[in-house]
Amino acid sequence: MESSLKNKVGEVLLPGDVFTFIKTETISLSDAVKTERITCGPGLRRDGDDVVACKSGVLRHKQPHLYWLDSQQRRYVPAKGESVIGIVTTKSGDVFKVDVGGSEQASLSYLAFEGATKRNRPNVQVGDLVYAQFLIANKDMEPELVCIDSSGRANGLGVFGAGGLLFKVSLGLVRRLLAPQNEIVKDLEKLYPCELVLGLNGRLWVKAATVQKTLIVANLLESSENMTAQQRRTLFKRVADGNL
Amino acid sequence: MRDTPLSNCERDFLLKAIEEKKRLDGRQTYDYRNIKITFGTDYGCCFVDLGKTRVMAQVSCELVTPKESRPNEGIMFFNLELSPMASPAFELGRSSELLVKLNRQLERCLRNSKCIDTESLCVVSGEKVWQIRVDVHMLNHDGNLMDATSIAAIAALSHFKRPDVGIQGDEVTVYSPEERDPIALSVYHMPICVSFSFFQQGTYLLVDPCEREERVMDGLLMIAMNKHREICSIQSSGGIMLLKEQASKHPVTGAILPSRHWP
Repeated sequence: MESSLKNKVGEVLLPGDVFTFIKTETISLSDAVKTERITCGPGLRRDGDDVVACKSGVLRHKQPHLYWLDSQQRRYVPAKGESVIGIVTTKSGDVFKVDVGGSEQASLSYLAFEGATKRNRPNVQVGDLVYAQFLIANKDMEPELVCIDSSGRANGLGVFGAGGLLFKVSLGLVRRLLAPQNEIVKDLEKLYPCELVLGLNGRLWVKAATVQKTLIVANLLESSENMTAQQRRTLFKRVADGNL
Repeated sequence: MRDTPLSNCERDFLLKAIEEKKRLDGRQTYDYRNIKITFGTDYGCCFVDLGKTRVMAQVSCELVTPKESRPNEGIMFFNLELSPMASPAFELGRSSELLVKLNRQLERCLRNSKCIDTESLCVVSGEKVWQIRVDVHMLNHDGNLMDATSIAAIAALSHFKRPDVGIQGDEVTVYSPEERDPIALSVYHMPICVSFSFFQQGTYLLVDPCEREERVMDGLLMIAMNKHREICSIQSSGGIMLLKEQASKHPVTGAILPSRHWP
C-alpha cells in the first residue's frame, strides 16, 4: 500500500523495515484491479511483494511515486550522471585511471576533455584532481568518467588548477550543500569569498584567499554537518568577529 | 582494498600550511590532540581516543613454562592488529611494514624498558610462570597510531589484574576472583611514546601528526619516556638525515632530551 509508505515520509526508517503491498489473498473479479506503482530510490529495495528498507535514514518522497532514503553514509557508490571529484592515479595508454572513492577505479579517456584531439592531449598528471561526470556506472562494469557534456563543452568539468584543499565529508552533507538555496552555502558566502567544488562522492575542494581562510572554511563545512541552524549562525558570527 | 591516493593538491596545501605554521585541524605546531582514556568492564581492557584515532588494548594472562634462559621471569607478549576497520588500506592477517614497526617500537617501549616486574610473575621457578599477553587493536586510523598504542598498552597493563595462585607442595591452584582477590601487576613506571614528524629535511617539526600529515612527512622521531624523565626508547624513521644540532637545539626535542643523551 502506497499510503503506508506515505505516512512514514519524514520519519526515520531502519534496515529491515518492511512495507507490504498485497493486502488480500484473493483478487476480486468484479472490481477493476487498481495497480499501484512506486519507484524505489536509494535505500529502498523490492523484495517480492514487499518494499524493504536497506539503509537507515529519513524517508523522502517526490511526486508522483518516488521514494528514497536520505542516509548519512560515507561510502560512495557510483551512479550515472553524478559529478564527482577524482584523483588521477595512473596514466596508461589512452585512458587515465581515476580514484573516486568507489569500490573500483574509474576510467577517463584523454579524448573526453574539451577541445582534446588525438594530437592535442590534455595536460593531466598523476595526482591531479579532476571534476568529472559518470558516463557509465554499472555494478558489473568498470565505471567511466567524462569531462565534457553531450555537446562537447567542458561546462565546469575538467582538471583543477593549483592550490586549494581537498577533504572528505559524508555524502548526505554534499547533497544538502548542493540543494538550491542552501543556507550553509549562503552563510559561507557572506563570510569569505571562496571557490567551492562539491563532488557527490563526498569530496569537497575549497580555495579561499589565504591558507588560513581555506582552513577555516574547510573546518566550518565539516563541523556544520551536525549543527542546528541556530548553532551554525552563532559559530559563523564568531568567525566573522574574528574570535575562534 | 587500496588506500585513497594523496593528490598533489593536498600535498602542496599541507606543506604550504606547515610553512605558515598552520595545521589542518587548527592546532599549533606543538599541540597534542585531546586524549580520552576509557576502561572496559573487564580487567585490562582499555580504549584510547587520540582525536579521531581510536585504539583498544586488552591484556590477558596464561600459565606457561618459562624460557630456559630466564627460568624465574614471566613473559610479556605483544600482539598488534591492523584491521580494515581502522583504514581500508590495512589488510587482515598480513604483516605490513607498519605493523612490524609498531610492534617493535611497542616492545622496545614496554618490554625493554622493564616497566613491568616480570620476576613477580614467576609461580614455580623453571616450571610455571605467567605469560602476560597484550593485544592492541586499531579501531580507527587518523595518524599517530604509535602514541595511542603505547598509552593504551600501558594503561591496560596498569588496569589488569591476574588471578591469585597458591602452591601446596607440587600443586599449583589458580583461585577464581570469588575465592581470592585478583592481583594487579607491579608497574614500576609508565613509558609514554611521543611522535614528532619532520618536514622539509627537518626544518619544520610537528607533534602528534594526523593521518594526512603522516603521508607527507619526511621523517618521524618517536621518543618514549616516563615521568622521571628517563628515556625508554628513541627511534627515528623515514629517509631523513637528522642532524644532531637540529634535534638537540630544537625547543621541544632539545628540552626533552638532556644533552648527555646525545651521542
